[in-house]
Amino acid sequence: MEVEILARIQFAFTVAFHYIYPPLSIGLGLLMVIMEGLYLWTKNKEYEILARFWTRIFALTFGIGVATGIVMEFEFGTNWATYSRYVGDVFGSALAAEGIFAFALESGFLGVLLFGWNRVKPWVHFVSTIGVFLGSMFSAIWIVIANSWQQTPAGYHIVGEGMNARAEITDFWAMVFNPSSMDRLSHVWLGAFLAGAFLVLSVHAYYLLKGRFVEISQKAFKIALVVALIFSLGQLFTGHQSAHGVSENQPAKLAAMEGHFDSLATADMYIMGWVDKEKQEVSGIAIPNGLSFLTHGSFDEEIKGLNAFPENERPTALNAIFQFYHLMVAIGMMLIVLSLFAGFFWWRGTLFQQKWLLTGFVWAVFLPQLANQFGWYAAEMGRQPWVVYGLLRTSDALSEAVTASQVWFSLIMFTFIYSILFLLFIYLLNKKIKHGPYEDNDRSERVRQREMVDVVS
Amino acid sequence: MDTFLGIDYPTWWFFVVGGLFAGYAVLDGFDFGAGAWHLFFRKESSRRIALNAIGPVWDGNEVWLVIGGGALFAGFPVVYATLFSAMYIPFMLFLAFLILRAVSIEFRSKEPMKWWRQGWDITYSIASITLPILLGIVLGNVLLGFPIRAGEVLSISLLEALNPFAIIVGLTTLFLFMMHGAIYLAMKTDGRLFSKVTILLRRSTIAFIIMFSITTLYTVLYIPHLTDTFKSSPAYFILPLAGILSIANIPRLAKKREYWQAFIFSSLSICLFLLIVAVELYPVILYSTIDEAFSITAQQAASSNKTLRIMLRFSALGFPLVGLYTYFVYRTFRGKVQLDEMSY
Repeated sequence: MEVEILARIQFAFTVAFHYIYPPLSIGLGLLMVIMEGLYLWTKNKEYEILARFWTRIFALTFGIGVATGIVMEFEFGTNWATYSRYVGDVFGSALAAEGIFAFALESGFLGVLLFGWNRVKPWVHFVSTIGVFLGSMFSAIWIVIANSWQQTPAGYHIVGEGMNARAEITDFWAMVFNPSSMDRLSHVWLGAFLAGAFLVLSVHAYYLLKGRFVEISQKAFKIALVVALIFSLGQLFTGHQSAHGVSENQPAKLAAMEGHFDSLATADMYIMGWVDKEKQEVSGIAIPNGLSFLTHGSFDEEIKGLNAFPENERPTALNAIFQFYHLMVAIGMMLIVLSLFAGFFWWRGTLFQQKWLLTGFVWAVFLPQLANQFGWYAAEMGRQPWVVYGLLRTSDALSEAVTASQVWFSLIMFTFIYSILFLLFIYLLNKKIKHGPYEDNDRSERVRQREMVDVVS
Repeated sequence: MDTFLGIDYPTWWFFVVGGLFAGYAVLDGFDFGAGAWHLFFRKESSRRIALNAIGPVWDGNEVWLVIGGGALFAGFPVVYATLFSAMYIPFMLFLAFLILRAVSIEFRSKEPMKWWRQGWDITYSIASITLPILLGIVLGNVLLGFPIRAGEVLSISLLEALNPFAIIVGLTTLFLFMMHGAIYLAMKTDGRLFSKVTILLRRSTIAFIIMFSITTLYTVLYIPHLTDTFKSSPAYFILPLAGILSIANIPRLAKKREYWQAFIFSSLSICLFLLIVAVELYPVILYSTIDEAFSITAQQAASSNKTLRIMLRFSALGFPLVGLYTYFVYRTFRGKVQLDEMSY
């Protein structure tokens, strides 16, 4: 039991930490493509300065994203050996596809994106930026497919029994397009775009409030605001699709997300609330029968609740799932409101006089990050007690050879390294932001001259 | 059993995984090697040049590990699960040093303070030295085999993992990569730094040849199951012979300052050594030290033929693309290192 808890904590911790970075890489990638595209189109030097500035920040997030990403791939083998044996045929192939089609593309062009500004023609550089962006988008495709297969397995059959049982692919495309993969992929992509857009909005709102780099920041703010507007509204749609999919494919998860206990009854939709697992009650503000309406389009339709499932097939952390899910939704709404406000004032031509709104945007950088995290917590905790929904229990998926003390060792090690990493990341990010979008060309030129002398002498 | 060109799918996938590991060793090998030398360069400018020699490519090199790991997971899940959980601590340390190395490269030049740069330089170099040793330790243990029994879950302690043979293989790997990295740096540097690198190249070649001889001797004397294939079919002796000739070629080419060719031969040597490992093991991947009957073969560990067939198609589609990106980035940054405002 102890190994199970430790291994789960370790995986949750390493993947949650990792997930700060890839959404930023994807989101900033999109903005870099737009900025550099605008530069090539308009020949306005300011767009190039913006593209270069955000590339430098992208480099910071990307490096940590890659380094912390390999950890999970290894953990499947080290901590979840039974899981790996069981799903390797299915899950492994999605992971291998991710490597070949996504990471290779991404990292192949990364070198030119970061270091090639003075080496290749502008359009070749633009192609590299697009290559890196597409690579990061593709990596999301394959990993979300793999995870979605854990939520809604399809296109497989089970071979063997007991310890030797394992899933094998029968229909590759059914595995790829399993019932939840496309809904969840669009939700993840849009979440990533928002993470990138709100970072750009935050930094440039900060400059605008400080009166620094005003002209260039207004340009950047508007670009990012368009992205934020489109995709925060888009999240309403992908979010609804995902929730609808959950209601069809993982009813126990839906019931946990809304704290719906009765085995078959109409269900309310809570705006906020608190779940009492013992009393099987939720106290809070709710739209009566709202969940019934959203799922089936009718307020009288009945929905399966938690009590419809055997005790050992229900998620346990009910209040946490409820809270994470509702926080995610609430944050999504806040992002929409913020973006709409800004859009309104932009239309009125007074956007950059709204100090209070800009201050809001400075702090809003945390919101999409939190929503991305909370959404995943709800999705993964709601899948419990299964690691592969309905097929393999999390408690059966462990490495039997690994002891608690070994996991303690690695857990402490990762906690230590990641804490330092996070502090340094914040420190360097802050420094880059304080420094601003312009490069000290004079200074770096001098340094370069001096270094040339050093090398020769 | 399904076959393609007369060879069964697990064997094909065995080649693919082997090829990916070889590619990984050749590519990340030279940047680990370059990093292992880092503290030997005293001047700040030399360190920056050495770092930027691998700057645009190290990340792409590391992707080969991700792909190789994914390929092993997908194709031989039983091996992936057994090996990774048995070698828990070495793999966890490997991850830790991989992360530390990546962030050292990323962070070191972001601040001008001397202590900051020195601190990251030390971290970077230690990580670059430790990683090849850990890879070698894992390889050494795979060569030795594990106490695998039918229906029993395997567990070995850290001390068992750090057996003498594994450490010898670890050091051999380190010196091999240091030689390989020195050749790469010789291609990318000039001036005083270049002269220094040529000296280091000579030293590491000697160190590698000594360690390699020890490994070979140890294998022949103490690990009989690894030499079976060679005894039964002497034609395979062409492989070690080619490996030795290929290594012998390196000092000759280095003397003629043909570093590009020397790099080809050190890459070839790495591939040949891994091919020897593959020949020694095949069809077994994880050898049982208790009874050969319990050894896990490629065929037993493999995923279904359907999955392997899909992934072979992926590989046929994907690898030309990977080759293309790799060619593009190396071509863009060919020649001696030039620092600019975007460099590390």
